[in-house]
Amino acid sequence: MKARLKSYAGFGLVPALSILLALLVASVLIIASGLFGPEKKVDLLLPLVAYRSLLVGAFGSFKGIANMIVAATPLMLTGLAVGVGLKAGLFNIGATGQVLMGGFTAALVGVVVAGAPPWIAIPVAMLAGMLAGALAGFIPGFLKAYTGAHEVVTTIMLNALAQLTVSGLVNDVFRAPGFSFARTPPVGNAALTGVGGTTLHVGVIFAFVCIPISYWLLWRTTVGFEIRAVGANPTAALYAGMKPRRMMILTMSLCGAFAGLAGAVEILRLGYYPAVFGTSIGFDGITVALLGQANPVGILLSALLLGAMRAGAPLMQIQARVPVEIIDVIQGVILIFLAAEIVVRRIFRLRTEGVGAGELQTITRTYGEKVVGG
Amino acid sequence: MNALLDIPILGFILQFLVYLVNVIVNGHIAPIILGLATPIALGALCGVMNERSGVVNIGIEGMMLFSAYVAFMTALFVHQAFPAKPSPFFGATPALILGVVAAIAAGVLISLLHAWLSISVRADQIISGTIINITALGLTSYLNRLIKPFDSAGTFQSFRPPAGLVNLPGVGWLFEMFTAVGPIAMSVIVIVIIIQIMLFRSRWGLRTRAVGEHPKAADTVGINVIRLRYRNVLLGGVFAGLAGAYLTLEATGSFQNNMTAGRGFIALAAMIFGRWTPLGAFGGALLFMGSQAVGVAIRLAPPAGDLGTFLAGIQQAYPSIYNNFFTGLPYLLTIIVLAGVVGRSIPPAADGRPYEKESST
Repeated sequence: MKARLKSYAGFGLVPALSILLALLVASVLIIASGLFGPEKKVDLLLPLVAYRSLLVGAFGSFKGIANMIVAATPLMLTGLAVGVGLKAGLFNIGATGQVLMGGFTAALVGVVVAGAPPWIAIPVAMLAGMLAGALAGFIPGFLKAYTGAHEVVTTIMLNALAQLTVSGLVNDVFRAPGFSFARTPPVGNAALTGVGGTTLHVGVIFAFVCIPISYWLLWRTTVGFEIRAVGANPTAALYAGMKPRRMMILTMSLCGAFAGLAGAVEILRLGYYPAVFGTSIGFDGITVALLGQANPVGILLSALLLGAMRAGAPLMQIQARVPVEIIDVIQGVILIFLAAEIVVRRIFRLRTEGVGAGELQTITRTYGEKVVGG
Repeated sequence: MNALLDIPILGFILQFLVYLVNVIVNGHIAPIILGLATPIALGALCGVMNERSGVVNIGIEGMMLFSAYVAFMTALFVHQAFPAKPSPFFGATPALILGVVAAIAAGVLISLLHAWLSISVRADQIISGTIINITALGLTSYLNRLIKPFDSAGTFQSFRPPAGLVNLPGVGWLFEMFTAVGPIAMSVIVIVIIIQIMLFRSRWGLRTRAVGEHPKAADTVGINVIRLRYRNVLLGGVFAGLAGAYLTLEATGSFQNNMTAGRGFIALAAMIFGRWTPLGAFGGALLFMGSQAVGVAIRLAPPAGDLGTFLAGIQQAYPSIYNNFFTGLPYLLTIIVLAGVVGRSIPPAADGRPYEKESST
């Protein structure tokens, strides 16, 4: 029992310390920001003011908490879209493109079912988005399994292609008349409207259900075991009678399904698909998955953390005059410390065994390699 | 000739080829293509330097963006402190030259982070590249919002080649392409040729390729794998820095958030398309950007005959899809090449594997 507790502590320790160090690094930038404010002076307490308003923005009111959960919802899903892939030794940079495909399809299907009652319209539109995302994930999975084209490169290219395809279709084919900008028609009853005066919507439930489902899938089913086995050592998995190729395709489709669902949630919340749909949730998913050490529980916690930062940032910008972009800087610096785990351990003189980060090292190793067949 | 052009499908393709040659030779778009291809080619060179020695680099986008910002801010700062008139030499000012130097320094600095993470710390190299992209975007957007620069240090001017040279029949467009451009775009072809020769004809090149294909064997014959990888990744940073400087000091004269807009990823595509060789990557960059320039040319001056009616019809009905098709072509071609549908492109064997010296026992 004690050993188990210790391993849980070791699991969360490096991410927690990385967050701490990143906040310290960011405070230097925040102090520097005082130089460009109206008073042009160095205020050493400004980081505390900024972080305080960040906390108040996210947790200070019921509305704030609701905003935080709503911001965390798509991040959980894109976090799973990257994290489940990492378990199989696949790095899904394509969450961005899969989000766009999922959101776009959900918007189109949403228009079709706009007149149906919400309890039919919402699930149907969400399911459509999920399937479109799965298809978008299937493509790089198939290419990796049968041609050896590395998923990192193909998903980067597919991100750009998805964006160009979808914006072209919205502008030229599905544009709704009567609006000043290119967008699809409203999704009517499929829209995820806020409940009880807050931004909370039923889509949140989908994300919170996906976390335990993926945990169960990865650790309680044969498929999950095979996914993890292929990720740990594809050659060994092949000799054990598994089919690494089929697992790669399955995993990438599953990842795509999560990302597609995230896109559906975001678009149905908006109520339509705009031709210019810039969203960072795909790339944020990478941060969430790495910070959560590709573990569903870790993903849930890091999505909530990132959601809190996103929800609290506007208040911070108003009260402390620190641009919201500091959140992206913090994300990047957290990741630097996570990647340089050795350094974090040295700073804090940690002796615990590293958990999680080691298994992530298999991803790039496959870059120059042939794919194991079967 | 006309009989050939009237054949149903083949004639259509021939008509298009004739139009294409005509546009490139007489349309004065060759320098524009080189200009568009410059940041892509330089970014791809950065990738070649990294991956040939066994370090995957998907952070080219972030490196370019960060360098572009540093270049712009340095040039602006120097310009405001010491205003100077543009010199006849490409309109260069001390501000612009120092901006380029700063961009190179920034490219090397951020490459040092990549080298340290992926060679010394032995972190996952793709994750390291992703981190660089995320951090560079966040940091430059943050600083840009904070400082809000209104002024500009101007840009380098393009060279004006003599009209006699440009109007030479047949080859004039080539002269125009490589001379009617600014200094960074002009230097690209030189850098590409030097690196191509060095990589395949010099001792350094042989060692670099050995380290990228089989580091253990290289180590056995006495090559310092770690040091060589560091050196090459930092050299790659020089090219990424130049690409960034091109964007803010030669192409636009301003900085916008996320102004690289995926160019680093097209550079990655050009590198793969060019099979990890400098000349191939340059060719890839020209092809990719050429397709976009031709897309614009067709819109401005559509070809005559059936082809013109056909293209004009598509463009009228689906303007956005038409544009996006030409923009998306590079990405599609890269997937096709990587998947091996036509001529498979294969990365260096040790690409992406951190090197760990085995302890002597």
